[in-house]
Amino acid sequence: MPRAIFEKTGNAIYISHLDLMRVFQRAFKRAGLQLTHTQGFSPRPSVSIALPLSVGVESHCELLDFDLEGELPSCEEIQERLNGALIEGVRVLSVYSEGGKQRDIAFLDCAVTLEYDRCVTDGDREEISGLFKRESLMLEKKGKNGTKQQDIIPLIRKLDVVCAGDRKIRLNAQICCLNPALNPAQLVAAIAEYLPEKAPAFAQVTRLEIYDQNENVFR
Amino acid sequence: MTELLKRILPTVQKPARYTGGEFNEIKKDLSEIRVRVAFCFPDTYEIGMSNLGMRILYGIINQMDGVWCERVFAPWGDMEEQMRKHDLPLWALESQDSLKDFDMLAFTIGYEMSYSNILNMLRLAGIPVRSENRLGLENIVFAGGVCAFNPEPLAPFIDFFVLGEGEEVTPEIITLYDRAKAEKWTKARYLQEVSKISGVYVPSFYRHEYSDDGTLSAIVPLNGAPEKITKRIVENLDAAYWPTKTIVPSTEIVHDRANLEVFRGCIRGCRFCQAGFSCRPVRKKSPDVLYRQAVETLENSGNNEITLSSLSTSDYRGLKELTDQMIPYCEQNRVNLSVPSLRADNFSRELMEKLQTVRKSGLTFAPEAGTQRLRDVINKNLTEDEILSTCINAFSGGWNNVKLYFMLGLPTETDEDVLGIAELVYKVILTWKEHAINKKRGLRVHVATAYFVPKPHTPFQWEKQITPEEYMRRCKLLKDHFYSKSIEYNYHEPELSRLEAVFARGDRRLADVIEEASLQGAKLDGWDEYFRYDIWLDAMKKCGIDPAFYTTRGYGEEEILPWDTADVGVSKKFLLRERKQAYAGIITPDCRHGCAGCGANCLLKEVKCDA
Repeated sequence: MPRAIFEKTGNAIYISHLDLMRVFQRAFKRAGLQLTHTQGFSPRPSVSIALPLSVGVESHCELLDFDLEGELPSCEEIQERLNGALIEGVRVLSVYSEGGKQRDIAFLDCAVTLEYDRCVTDGDREEISGLFKRESLMLEKKGKNGTKQQDIIPLIRKLDVVCAGDRKIRLNAQICCLNPALNPAQLVAAIAEYLPEKAPAFAQVTRLEIYDQNENVFR
Repeated sequence: MTELLKRILPTVQKPARYTGGEFNEIKKDLSEIRVRVAFCFPDTYEIGMSNLGMRILYGIINQMDGVWCERVFAPWGDMEEQMRKHDLPLWALESQDSLKDFDMLAFTIGYEMSYSNILNMLRLAGIPVRSENRLGLENIVFAGGVCAFNPEPLAPFIDFFVLGEGEEVTPEIITLYDRAKAEKWTKARYLQEVSKISGVYVPSFYRHEYSDDGTLSAIVPLNGAPEKITKRIVENLDAAYWPTKTIVPSTEIVHDRANLEVFRGCIRGCRFCQAGFSCRPVRKKSPDVLYRQAVETLENSGNNEITLSSLSTSDYRGLKELTDQMIPYCEQNRVNLSVPSLRADNFSRELMEKLQTVRKSGLTFAPEAGTQRLRDVINKNLTEDEILSTCINAFSGGWNNVKLYFMLGLPTETDEDVLGIAELVYKVILTWKEHAINKKRGLRVHVATAYFVPKPHTPFQWEKQITPEEYMRRCKLLKDHFYSKSIEYNYHEPELSRLEAVFARGDRRLADVIEEASLQGAKLDGWDEYFRYDIWLDAMKKCGIDPAFYTTRGYGEEEILPWDTADVGVSKKFLLRERKQAYAGIITPDCRHGCAGCGANCLLKEVKCDA
């Protein structure tokens, strides 16, 4: 099944996962690319997006699987036609005819920018950095079956804390994203829980890259 | 986007409705813009983006050189809370600029219970709600839509109203404003000049006087204003602008599909229906034009569903020709063709079967009344035979789902008529038992009753509304006579319909009520989550208004009506005649069986009424 890698930035980050599927379904139609449909009582165009993104999160590495009726145009042509039919903020970076199996996805790189309404110091950075060096960090996780405690430390593979301006601190992290998965928002939640005075006024999460178990870039 | 909004957006529900940026959104270079128009819809994005009128006018205004039309919707409560907390004024989606920066604010008003949203939106924008407090030429507030056919409750808030269809008159209004702005006119001079445009109603140019009994004693035109304002219509719909390149929302809206209007007006004359009379005369579009527009709309939007809309699509003469062209296109391109408001005639049945190949929807009837006698009174020419024979077809074709819509409190209604509903539903159930081919899943009959609201410009515009207590008694009576488990009965709560009745036939004295209610937090009244009946009752009490005056009192035939200034084409004489026929239980056949002489054809100069 062909796959596209696309980015979701700007105002498009407020489009929910389900709505984004619809955005793509319509973009394919406008681009004159006929999607195949699922079988059954209520046939749906076959598009699927790996690892649903939370509303408000930016990404440069979203994966979209789709299937087209008839003979496939070239990957370059699909990319070009789709980009001509997409909205601002959603841009296809590349299309290829066959991708890796989604279950092999394991880790992702993300940047979490913490914004403060005051100036930040290297001390702030140090303290936050220290927090993520602890043996364990227990946090409440809301799931389908109520809330439970989760230790987030084993799910963080790398984490750097850098100052990113007078009022900004950035976490550059590599985290587990599939079985088990860590929502990057939990990194912010950990600061709010354990270092309440270092809690940012706002945090912007950006997905940068995804990897398989062997830390190869996943496509 | 501001840093502030960036922080707020992730905290509210469905943030995509506040950002704009959808496909086909129109952005312009501000340095080339002379007139900025904010098209305001007094409800949420999901409702407003489903409105066809807005899409038409957005396209038309943006075709004008030097003019940029943007969209504004009412925020949901969580967003409003954040806006108030952070002093963030209401903005337009395209530029994200505050409403205050706009020359003109155009509201489209289709529902009485959105009046509070208009005031709330103005207040959220930091714009004075009363026309007299907006002194300059900036922030001119005007409004159209069906509620403009009796706009009196809003008279002090809106600078002028536009009656009828907006395709031609809106550019005239904006062009005049362009000149007024260039020549630095006063607001007073602009209002004076705009009142000369046909279809424009400036409420401050009329003095309403009242008798001791509270009824209107005179409507006095001032400043040389005309005694009557005749609504505007588009005569040739084939030549009229139609938006085939229209905004595709990035988030789900209520009617999330392409839309094609096949004709305007209605030949039916159901006596309770405001649209049926106020949208006359009948004007058609040709199937060729429609087919071309359908294909263009679908290709430009990527929608997988298109609906043929009108007040009664079965009455569109070109329906066969159009669907014969559209069905193959839709099948080939995997598009659902939906044809709502089909009547139960033979062709429609065939058409329904053909449409089924694409997708199977439910079966819906709106008999409105339970007995033939009462259906004759309201001139709803749908017979029990038609309903049952359509049911036979549907049940034997595998359908097991029926929706039936009724009204309670119609003029002359008795308990016998109420029980007639139960009887009709019972017959539908018997029909299913006899004809259904697949009984495994059982039958679902959804029955809904609404509380009759008398509307201006209909033969029932003088009628009494029954009391909420009486309405509830009739609901309970009906409920007690539903014995089958297959029936799911829902009735509208009476509170909202009672207020709707007050404002539908309201006069200028209600403006204070709207302002007071809005100050006390009335908003999004059409939504259960926000509707607060107590706020409205308190506001009426405080303003010395008795709702009964507008509802259960009924209006005298000799009385001056608040909406007498509005001429929708249908004559009062005709409405009175229809009222008499209603009380005599005599139907008026549809316009194709002979013109009933409603008078709306007088609005036409180039073409004939296509009824």
